[in-house]
Amino acid sequence: MSMMMMPGMLAGAVPFAARGDFWGALWEKFGVFAIGLVAFIAVVGLVLFLADRAPKRGRDFLQLLAFVAPAMILLAVGLIYPAVRTTYLAFTNRTGEFIGIDNFVWMFTQPDIVTTLGNTLLWVALVPTISTVVGLAYAVFIDKSRGEKVLKSLVFMPMAISFVGAGIIWRFVYEYRATGFEQIGLLNQVLVWLGLEPQQFLINSPWNNLFLIIVMVWIQTGFAMVLLSAAIKGVPIERLEAARLDGANAWQQFTNVTIPEIRGSLVVVVTTITIATLKVFDIVRTMTGGNFDTSVIANEMYTQAFNRGEFGQGSALALVLFIMVLPIVIYNVRVMRKQKEIR
Amino acid sequence: MSGVAATAGVAKPNPEGNGPKLKRVKQRLTSRGATAAAILIAVVWTIPTFGLFVNSFRPADDIRTSGWWNIFVNPQFSLENYGDVLFSGGASSANLGSYFINSIVVAIPSALFPIVLASMAAYAFAWIKFPGSNAVFVLVFALQIVPLQMALIPLLQIFSQVLGISGTFPAVWIAHTIFGLPLCIFLLHNFISEIPADVIEAARVDGANHTQMFFRIILPLSVPALASIGIFQFLWVWNDLLVALVFSGGTVDVAPLTQRLAELVGNFGRNTQLLPAGAFLALIVPLIVFFSLQRYFVRGLLAGSTKG
Amino acid sequence: MRSLTKRRLLATVSAAGIAGLALAGCTTTTDSGGTGDLDCSAYEQYGTFDGETVELYTTIQGVELDQLVESMFDFEDCTGITVDTVGTQEAETQINVRAAAGDAPELMIIPQPGLLQRLVEDGYVLPAASTVEDNVDEFWSESWKGYGTIDGTFYAAPLMASVKGWIWYSPAEFEANGYEVPTTWDDMMALTETMSGNNTATYKPWCVGFGSGDATGWPGTDWVEDAVLRTAGPEAYDQWVAGELKFDSPEIREAFDLVGDIILNPDYVNGGFGGVESIVSTTFNDGGLPILDGNCSLHHQASFYEAQWPEGTTVAPDGDIWAFITPKTDPTAGDSVTGGGEFVAKFVEGEAVDALQTYLSSDTWANNRVALGGVISANKGLDASLAGSELGRASIEILQGEDTVFAFDASDLMPAAVGTSSFWTGMVDWVVGTKSTDEVLTFIDSTYP
Repeated sequence: MSMMMMPGMLAGAVPFAARGDFWGALWEKFGVFAIGLVAFIAVVGLVLFLADRAPKRGRDFLQLLAFVAPAMILLAVGLIYPAVRTTYLAFTNRTGEFIGIDNFVWMFTQPDIVTTLGNTLLWVALVPTISTVVGLAYAVFIDKSRGEKVLKSLVFMPMAISFVGAGIIWRFVYEYRATGFEQIGLLNQVLVWLGLEPQQFLINSPWNNLFLIIVMVWIQTGFAMVLLSAAIKGVPIERLEAARLDGANAWQQFTNVTIPEIRGSLVVVVTTITIATLKVFDIVRTMTGGNFDTSVIANEMYTQAFNRGEFGQGSALALVLFIMVLPIVIYNVRVMRKQKEIR
Repeated sequence: MSGVAATAGVAKPNPEGNGPKLKRVKQRLTSRGATAAAILIAVVWTIPTFGLFVNSFRPADDIRTSGWWNIFVNPQFSLENYGDVLFSGGASSANLGSYFINSIVVAIPSALFPIVLASMAAYAFAWIKFPGSNAVFVLVFALQIVPLQMALIPLLQIFSQVLGISGTFPAVWIAHTIFGLPLCIFLLHNFISEIPADVIEAARVDGANHTQMFFRIILPLSVPALASIGIFQFLWVWNDLLVALVFSGGTVDVAPLTQRLAELVGNFGRNTQLLPAGAFLALIVPLIVFFSLQRYFVRGLLAGSTKG
Repeated sequence: MRSLTKRRLLATVSAAGIAGLALAGCTTTTDSGGTGDLDCSAYEQYGTFDGETVELYTTIQGVELDQLVESMFDFEDCTGITVDTVGTQEAETQINVRAAAGDAPELMIIPQPGLLQRLVEDGYVLPAASTVEDNVDEFWSESWKGYGTIDGTFYAAPLMASVKGWIWYSPAEFEANGYEVPTTWDDMMALTETMSGNNTATYKPWCVGFGSGDATGWPGTDWVEDAVLRTAGPEAYDQWVAGELKFDSPEIREAFDLVGDIILNPDYVNGGFGGVESIVSTTFNDGGLPILDGNCSLHHQASFYEAQWPEGTTVAPDGDIWAFITPKTDPTAGDSVTGGGEFVAKFVEGEAVDALQTYLSSDTWANNRVALGGVISANKGLDASLAGSELGRASIEILQGEDTVFAFDASDLMPAAVGTSSFWTGMVDWVVGTKSTDEVLTFIDSTYP
């Protein structure tokens, strides 16, 4: 509603940005920036203020509306409508004709696409698990240790790197030169130092999938670590203390007290990473381009829809992605139900 | 019991994260082996980035023909790549500063807007009883999976044909806000719903309505969560290329740094030697943000969620 | 609003060192006052506009993008049109999004006719104005006009071009070893065999690199296209492009076998990188560089590879590096080359849009742009002496030559599902060895939409 009008008012300002005039453009950009922030705050503030002053009758409803409507309207326009449209497109062909489930038949009869589906399952099985386990272990190991902040930052750093940047970084790890040549990839150099043959890490299937997954794990571990570290610090000391007095060793304290205490956070972390994993396509795209049996659904969807203009097939793949997330959604709903009951 | 203890920690956001109790009972769960394992993980996680860092100082020819570790045998540093990224290339790269500004102008509102809207919605889902509340929340949660790519065309259609704002900052802000909302709502809901019911109840008994409750109780208690989710959203926006490509129009007026860096590589991947330097320049701001707001992480995001 | 001074200054800086250039007249006369000193006579025909902006969308980036922008400075100053040149790697995919959302740019430089065709079929591209068509009739050959014509309607004018099928080598090495530049395919194979006598752990006669991110494999399609054009001839080539001649046909199979004799033979490849399997992991940018280190002698790649040689490498018949065109299999056949090119298509009507599209199809633009270096064009009004390099001049002469049959890059003309997809991956599978020649041919045929 009023949210959507704000940018419209601002839009007129932008084309005036003086080309080549750095300082003029700078002022103008920060002008837009400031107006944008002020307008946003004003709109949100106004909505909440009006809800606050609403007449007694129907105030509850108006307040609810004020809190939920801005987000819901944006979501309806930007995600729900596209989702519905995608669902429809999944049953159409290039020219927009309705073709029933042909796109899904195509998907499960093309060996390449079947491989892609299998790869996606492999990613979903490994990335959340490894990232969470390593992130949790690391968070526990460095908890309250000297230099905790620095150690945290080191593992968190990959989160701050774009996927494109990550692709470049890992090329210098996996790069292959044949035996007898000077290696420029670190991993192959290590193999050579150990007296082994250098390997085509990104080409030899199916292992290449594993090496791509490592990149995603490398990025997501920082996320898991930061969240779980915070959760661990929320574990009440008295409980750990009590367990210790009962004669529990460090491991028992961890499994009997810490893990149950942070279960909520674990669910959040695993859920978030799983969804991020299902959606990721940049890593595959920049590192192998989906060649050598490494494609995943998100990458294949992009290729079909945008490189080949097959929006129907791309949408069908998107739908499969969505279906793969359903179990996670259902699990989370159940956890949430339980929480509400406890409360 | 534990709920109260946890809330006490949250209620007075303690930047250092070591509540008085924690300090007294400074018990180390860690052993020598654990420390060794932690250092090993830290080293393994850092080496790839370190390699890139070293390569960013090496001449193009060296990057191509030998591994970065050779710099220890044959030290050869040059700032040429950084010079090229920042200053060379005629009409275009003089603008790197402009793209940097664009990134800032894009990223701050794009991190702020979804956080504000999401905290409002999360509060409603957690503490306002209304029919279908659960169903709507599940829907929002599930929206996380709608692939960005599939949302681009409909959204761009609205921006260009209905609102007439495609290729402007507001278009990029709105797009990022929309795409960030489901995850932000999900994470914030997890936090806000863990605020003990007695705290909320007490305020309600005092006659606070929802707006007052939101400003007096929810927001102050949620500062750490807001900060840490804000950081994540900021990082995602800062590193984004796809949304920027579609909604910024790609001009020097609006397009962010990531896009310029991608362009620097040039047609057919020419100038690949510039990538390490470029990637590092793009990394500086996220790292500053992380370091300066890191204290919120310590007792941050999900400190309240102690029950399973 | 534009700061002329700054742009002039930049133009001067980047134009420095480039000789014989039409633009020199203006770049030296830096004038903060405006366009007074600029000779606008060549631009009068385009008319003058008041503050109109035209977006030109392209996949071109980096230095080439800067040069493209610079080639339009005078046009902008004389006509008053502001050209908003937006270059991004993703333009080829993003145009699908932008066009579908009704947010298409005014003009786009389309890097391959296959994409143009699809955009025309989807109804996004508008027919070119008659002024554009007149230019194309005047300055381009029939076949070039044909690539921009779909179902009898002329849509897009060609812009720049490249000559594919150059084989790069080191003149000094050839002289030292007494090698002769081969004039037939058989000679080339004999030369390869001779060279392989010098094989060492690192040296092989050929070096090949197929790597190119999500486009990995395209250099392989260039190899096959060159072989098809030479063994099967231009007519069969056209049938193959049109889908009338299958991949799994004797003609195409013969071409694959010819190429396979080189790039699948561990004695012949892959100098400087390893064995046959290293072809796919070597980026095409690095592909030919081992020639400089003496680790290989021959490398097959288009004219634009000139820019890949490190700074300080002289590309000339008597320099560090030079190239010859892939030789004929039948010595009695006529000369033919493969090549590629870009096309400018219109998505939005407008007089300023037509003016720019017309300018870009003119000889004035071709000369302006080629003088800035790095690229060539098949525009017949182009003065070959403006080209910044020996190879550029040689390529322009081939393009303008009346006797040489020019065949447009086949994969660029094929449907996207083949030309930018299965043909690429097919080449990758073929080289890695996961598919035999038979399997690759039937696989590619099976992907035809």
